[in-house]
Amino acid sequence: MSTESFCTYETAWCPGCGNFVILECLKTALEQLGKNPSDVLVAAGIGQAAKTPQYINTNAFCGLHGRSLPAAVAAKIANESLTVIVNTGDGDSYGEGGNHFIHNIRRNVDITHFAHDNQIYGLTKGQASPTSVLGLVTGVQTDGNFTEPLNPALVAIACGAGFVARGFTGHKEQLISLMKQAIEYKGYALLDILQPCISFNKTNTFGWYNQRVYDLEESYDFHDKTVAMTMALEFGDKIPLGILYREEKKTFHQKNEVLKQGTPLLDRKTEPDVLNRLIAAYI
Amino acid sequence: MYNLLIGGAAGQGIETTAAILEKFLKRSGYAVFTIRDFMSRVRGGHNFSLIRFGTEPVYSHSSKIDGIIAMDDETIVQHKDQLNADGFILGDAKLTTEDPRLIKLDMDGMAKNLGNPRVSGIIAVGILLKMFGETLDGAEDVLRAFVKPQYIEINGKALQEGYQSAEKRYPHLDGTYGKWMLVSGNQAVALGAVAAGLRFYSAYPMSPSTTVMETLAALGDEVGLVVEQAEDEIAAINMAIGASYAGARAMTGTSGGGFSLMVEALGLSGVTEIPLVAIDVQRPGPATGLPTRTEQSDLRFVISASQGEFPRMVIALRNQKDAFYQTMRAFHLAEKYQIPVILLSDQYLSDASATVEPFDPNRIQVANPATAYDGEGEYLRYRYTENGISPRLIPGKTKRPVIIDSDEHDERGHITEAADVRVKMVDKRMKKIEGIKRDLLEPDFFGADDFDTLILGWGSTWGPIAEAVQLLNQEGKGRYAALVFGDIYPLPQKLFLEKAPKAKRLINVEQNATGQLAGLIREETGIACTSSILKYDGRQIAAEEIADRIRKEGLQ
Repeated sequence: MSTESFCTYETAWCPGCGNFVILECLKTALEQLGKNPSDVLVAAGIGQAAKTPQYINTNAFCGLHGRSLPAAVAAKIANESLTVIVNTGDGDSYGEGGNHFIHNIRRNVDITHFAHDNQIYGLTKGQASPTSVLGLVTGVQTDGNFTEPLNPALVAIACGAGFVARGFTGHKEQLISLMKQAIEYKGYALLDILQPCISFNKTNTFGWYNQRVYDLEESYDFHDKTVAMTMALEFGDKIPLGILYREEKKTFHQKNEVLKQGTPLLDRKTEPDVLNRLIAAYI
Repeated sequence: MYNLLIGGAAGQGIETTAAILEKFLKRSGYAVFTIRDFMSRVRGGHNFSLIRFGTEPVYSHSSKIDGIIAMDDETIVQHKDQLNADGFILGDAKLTTEDPRLIKLDMDGMAKNLGNPRVSGIIAVGILLKMFGETLDGAEDVLRAFVKPQYIEINGKALQEGYQSAEKRYPHLDGTYGKWMLVSGNQAVALGAVAAGLRFYSAYPMSPSTTVMETLAALGDEVGLVVEQAEDEIAAINMAIGASYAGARAMTGTSGGGFSLMVEALGLSGVTEIPLVAIDVQRPGPATGLPTRTEQSDLRFVISASQGEFPRMVIALRNQKDAFYQTMRAFHLAEKYQIPVILLSDQYLSDASATVEPFDPNRIQVANPATAYDGEGEYLRYRYTENGISPRLIPGKTKRPVIIDSDEHDERGHITEAADVRVKMVDKRMKKIEGIKRDLLEPDFFGADDFDTLILGWGSTWGPIAEAVQLLNQEGKGRYAALVFGDIYPLPQKLFLEKAPKAKRLINVEQNATGQLAGLIREETGIACTSSILKYDGRQIAAEEIADRIRKEGLQ
C-alpha cells in the first residue's frame, strides 16, 4: 500500500491500536480516489481517534469534544470543493456529539463520518461509551454497565441517513472499499468502524470481533429500509459488515437556494447594488 | 414632540399597527423612535408600542404620553396615569372604560363592514394620521412592506375609512427625516453583517436575538448567504467557526442563555485564532429570566466567558447607527486579529426602531484573510510574529494544508505539550491585545464641558443618558456630562482618565443589579464611582427617570 502523498507521522496511539489500520486505510482510500491533500479536510473532535487529523497530511480541523460534525458540515457549506471527512470516536460521535449526530443526518450535508467505534473511552482511560456492551466493568461502571448500548447504524437509518455502513479493522480491503464508497456518496455517509481498544476494552477484543463479523451477501438489498433496520439490529453472536443501507437523496447543497446555484459560498461577493437596495428598503 | 402608546393583548396586531404608523410618520419627515414592550406569550396579556416622534432627533423613549390607542380596556387601566392632561385616548366603541379623554369610534364595526375584522388596527392608523394633520400620500407603498399583495386593497380602504371618520387635532410639523431610514437594532445588525460580507449565519432561535436571524433569512437568497438554524447553540457557534475556518465570513447570535452554551467554543475561536463574530442580545437572567425584556447583565459574563486566557473584544451597541457600523467593524477586527468579537446588544435596542441617516457601507473596510504565504518553506499557520498575528490561509485555496487544533499546538498547528512552545504560543496570542488596544474607540462624551457630575453608561442607555444630561443641564442645578461606552473590552481608558478627575461625582447608570461597568472601571483604573443608578426590572430606564433619581436620591 502506498500512502506517500498523505505522509507518515509519529502517533500517540498504543501499539496494536485499530486506529493505525483506519489511518492506513484512509490514506489508501484517498490515494486510490486520486484526492489532492490540499482538497481534503479531515475533521475531528477530541479523543484518541480524534487525533487522526494530526497524522495525515491534509487540511485538519481538530475542534472540541463532540463538536466535529457542526464544524465539518459548515466547512463543507462554505466550500463544497473540499472533501470533508470526520474521523472521530464513539464517545465523540455518539455521546458528547449525540445531538449533532442526529441532526446532521437530517441536514444531509455531503460529508463522510468515520466513527472509530471501540465501544470504550480510550483517552480518558477506560469508561463506558455509548456503544459499550451491557455488563462491561470499568473504573466508573464498577458493577457492570447497565445502560442500554446505542446502535449507531440503527439510529442513523431511523434518522434518514442515505449511506450507513459498518466496517472492521480486521478486514482491511473491505474497509478501504467502504471508505471509498462513503467518500464518493453524495450526502452524509456514516461508516461505523469496529476496532479493538487493546488497552482498555478487554471484552470486545480483536478476537471477539473476528469471531462474530461476516460480510453481507452480494444479494443483500441495501435499498430496503425495513430489511436494513433488521440487519442493523443484528449485533451479538453475529455482526454483519458492509453497506447496510443506501439511498440517493438530495443533499443540503442541492436543496439550499443559494448553494444550488453552484458558486462555492466563500467565492460569492455581495453586490453593492443589492446592498444599496436593502438599505433603501428601510427608507 | 409627540408620544403615542398603542396597547392591547398579544395577537391584536399592535406590532403591525405601530410599524405602519411609524413608517407613515417617518416618511412625512418626522424623526421617530419606537419601543416594543411585550410579554412572553402568543395570545393575551398586555403588550404595547410607544411611538415618539418630532422634528428634532429622538434617541430614546419617554413614559409621558400624548395619546393612547387602546385595543382593550386593560391598556387604559395600565397607562391612563401616564397620559398628559390634554392628551387623548382612542378606543373602539366596545370599550367599557369611562374617561373624559376617551374618543370612542366604532372601528370594529367599520372593519366588519369592509369585510375583514382584522383591519381595525389599520382603521386606527387612518384616524391617527388625520388627527395629526398627515396625508395618505404613498399609502400603498407603505402598506406593501407590511401586507400581503392580496390584502393591500382592503387595507387601503380601511386606511381611508379611518381617515374620513376623524378630525384634525394637531398641526403637521415639517421635519427633515423623510429620506432617512427607520430601522431596529437587530435589523441594523443584520444589515451591518451583510455589508461586511457575511456568508454564513448559524443560530438557534432565542428572544430577543431571533430577528437578526429572520432579517438575514429574508434577504439571504438575494445576497447569497446561508442562514442555518442549528440544533442547539453549541452547534450554532461551532458551525460558525467551521465556516469561518473554511473562508466564509460567519456569525452567530443568541441571548445570554444560548451564549452560556457557546462559551467553550468561544475559547475554540480564541485558541485556533479563527475569526468569529457573536452577538449576545441580552435579556434579564439568570436562566430563563424574563425572556422578552431588557437588561445589561451579561457584561461581566462575556468578558470572561470560557476557560483559559485568550484575546477577545467586546463591543456594546449603543443605538441603531452603532448597530450597523459596529457590526461591520466587528467583522473587520475579528479578521484583522483572528479573534472572537462579541457584540452586546439588548432587547430594548434590538426591538426599538429609530430614524437614522442611510447607512454608508463604504465607511468601513473589512479585512480579508491572506491569499498567499509570505514565509519561508513550510506553511506555518501559527508562525510566531511581532504582533502575534499569523498568516491565515483558507483551506483548499492554497496547496498548503491548513492545520488547526483546539489543543495547544506548535507553529504548524500540531498538538504539543512542550513547555517552551506553550509559553511562546500564549505570548503570541496575548500580544494581539496591544494591537487591539490601539484600535479601541473612546466612549461618546456629551454634556457640559465644565461638568461637576459625570454620568457613566454603556450600550443602549446611550439615548436615555444623552437626553437626561440635556434635561438636567436645562434645569440649571449643577452641570452634567456623560461618557457612554461602546467599545468596552478591553476598556478604552484615555478619555475616562482625562474626564474623571474633573468630576465631583461619578455616577454609573446601568440596567443591572451590581454595577458591572463600574466594577470593570474600578478594576482597570482604580477609580470608583461615587454612586449608582441601577435598574433591573426588565424595563429600560427613561431620561426623566434618570433625572428623577438624581434629584430624589440626593445625587445633586
